[in-house]
Amino acid sequence: MSSRDRVLGRVRRALADVTPDDRPYEEAVRRDYLREHGGPTARRTVELLAENLADYRAIVHRSGASELPSLIARLLAARDAGPVVVPSGLDEGWLAAADVTRIPDRAESTPADLDRAGSVVTACAVAIAETGTIVLDGSPDQGRRRISLVPDHHICVVRVPDQVVSSVPQALERLDPARPLTWISGPSATSDIELDRVEGVHGPRTLEVILLG
Amino acid sequence: MTGTYLGMPAFPQAARDAVRDPVLRGNLRHATHTIRAKRARAVGELSDWAELREAGRRIKDHTLRHLDRYLVQLEESVTAAGGTVHWAADAGEANRIVARLVKETGESEVVKVKSMATQEIGLNEALEAEGIRAYETDLAELIVQLGRDRPSHILVPAIHLNRGEIRDVFRSEMGAWGRPAPEDLTDAPAELAEAARLHLREKFLRAKVAVSGANFMVAETGTLVVVESEGNGRMCLTLPQTLISVVGIEKVVPTWRDLEVFLQTLPRSSTAERMNPYTSMWTGTTDEDGPRAFHLVLLDNGRTDTLADQVGRQALRCIRCSACLNVCPVYERAGGHAYGSVYPGPIGAILSPQLRGTGSEIDASLPYASSLCGACYEVCPVAIDIPEVLVHLRERVVEGGPAVRQGNKVVLRPARGHAAERAAMRAARWVFARPGALRAGQRLASRTRRLHPRALPGPGRAWSGTRDLPAVPPEPFRDWWQRTNGGKDGTE
Ligand code: SF4
Repeated sequence: MSSRDRVLGRVRRALADVTPDDRPYEEAVRRDYLREHGGPTARRTVELLAENLADYRAIVHRSGASELPSLIARLLAARDAGPVVVPSGLDEGWLAAADVTRIPDRAESTPADLDRAGSVVTACAVAIAETGTIVLDGSPDQGRRRISLVPDHHICVVRVPDQVVSSVPQALERLDPARPLTWISGPSATSDIELDRVEGVHGPRTLEVILLG
Repeated sequence: MTGTYLGMPAFPQAARDAVRDPVLRGNLRHATHTIRAKRARAVGELSDWAELREAGRRIKDHTLRHLDRYLVQLEESVTAAGGTVHWAADAGEANRIVARLVKETGESEVVKVKSMATQEIGLNEALEAEGIRAYETDLAELIVQLGRDRPSHILVPAIHLNRGEIRDVFRSEMGAWGRPAPEDLTDAPAELAEAARLHLREKFLRAKVAVSGANFMVAETGTLVVVESEGNGRMCLTLPQTLISVVGIEKVVPTWRDLEVFLQTLPRSSTAERMNPYTSMWTGTTDEDGPRAFHLVLLDNGRTDTLADQVGRQALRCIRCSACLNVCPVYERAGGHAYGSVYPGPIGAILSPQLRGTGSEIDASLPYASSLCGACYEVCPVAIDIPEVLVHLRERVVEGGPAVRQGNKVVLRPARGHAAERAAMRAARWVFARPGALRAGQRLASRTRRLHPRALPGPGRAWSGTRDLPAVPPEPFRDWWQRTNGGKDGTE
């Protein structure tokens, strides 16, 4: 007997006392919880996102489309951290004013190549106001998962209000499970030493979020 | 489950050592009280907490009830997305599968992201025996691994060590495993974290194989979810070429949408955050992004035996948030190591004796390592009635009776007159001798007074034969004293 059959057989025998329930799943599990908390206006949702991002130590900037290139140039210059990783589908204009060496996001780069980069600039798929979360889904303007992980400084541009939702349930509705997803809520952190929160262990130690709109 | 814990002293002996260690006691009290208060705030932010908790309970119960169906669906989805699914009936089989998969890559080292399941099966030791070195990459797991120690908390495994002790471990041990700690390392948490970052980075950059667990698996889509804080999870899940995930069969949920419940309740219950810093979700493999090969090892190892128990099966709803540890007066005093398993605290007291059976002294004594105060049930985000399961397991220890072990029906012999009974009674006495632990227990006992027999069930019964069990007063004296201002305000 294969282990698969053995385990499935054990499961079925273990459930011998259970009466079958053939209702469709949506009926079998009642969901009385809220779709979102408070249902604020679009403007208030963006404010809440900014507050919650900042609460978990992300640095939040606001920008219109015309100032964006100079803002990004300024943030990169202030870090002076070396080359910048650029996803293949990033809006050309965003880095127009930045005088930096670029490392394209390529399949053949090794992790060690990426480790030489100081910063990365990406867009995002969706942002969640209630939790202060940005979600990346690997689209061309966000790149492979590793590029927002290895460099120590991540600049993420969120288009507001279009890309902002209030809640976790609303975010899941917008996301495609077939894509690799990374949910980011503030910089990498640990509380493993006497429960003191320390920012920055392995992921980027500085997360800057630009609310573009 | 694992060789690491064999020969563990039963609960009361191990707990007594913890109580004698003032550093450990101080660390534990500070840690559990801090996180308790934070959790209450994080949960208080959501007005629909009760509804989320109820939905979580229902989703898990529904899944367990149709577990065969959802496992088969999960296997289909993962396979369709480019992954390979393996089934392991027990720890030995899971370890053999992982060792074989690693060897097939030609590598002799793996990076690991914290996973209860792989600790439960003793994977690191099994790989070591096959000549494969496993590097733990969570800060706390690293501390524990370097210090040749054992984890004592689900979420903060090094909760029993303070910063000075951690610095000493880093200074003396890091060099033997890779990049040494800086000479002038102090005990500032930021410096300790930096030392770990540098030590582990070289391992991440060269790693070809990673081993993980998962918090959730979605049957409908084949998606796996890992919730973490530090980014070591992301490193393991995206940089290596081969990813092997070992996951208990109870971690499956039916639909993508179900995540909307658990991604709200898990972070707030565990780290008391609105959301943990990083959550990774992947479905099979993705071209040119992340590992080229993905293996999912589905682990039974006592879970189906637990599922066969009509009262005990609710333990399989557990999402390993550790909220029950942080509110437990017995855990706070006894420490995690006293539970003799990778699952400490109230959840360990009901899970270990079910996964491993109640044959050993430690497993027979675990159901007694509680004052039945009910705080664990109140904070549990999937509403596991831990006191109910504890009482049920006490009866099983003492009375024996039918159970399922390794898929076979067996009749357990009563522990009466055996070493297991003595261990159990010592555990009960240990708890009864702790005024703090008992205070909370009394409060619940009086709330449910009508349900209490005059004699304790199980060994408590024998015990109450020689020492009369006082009837539970309608309101514990202490509560009455506080409520009435010492009787001065004339109310009753
Ligand atoms: S039993 Fe409940 S509270 Fe305890 S770890 Fe599991 S889910 Fe969390």
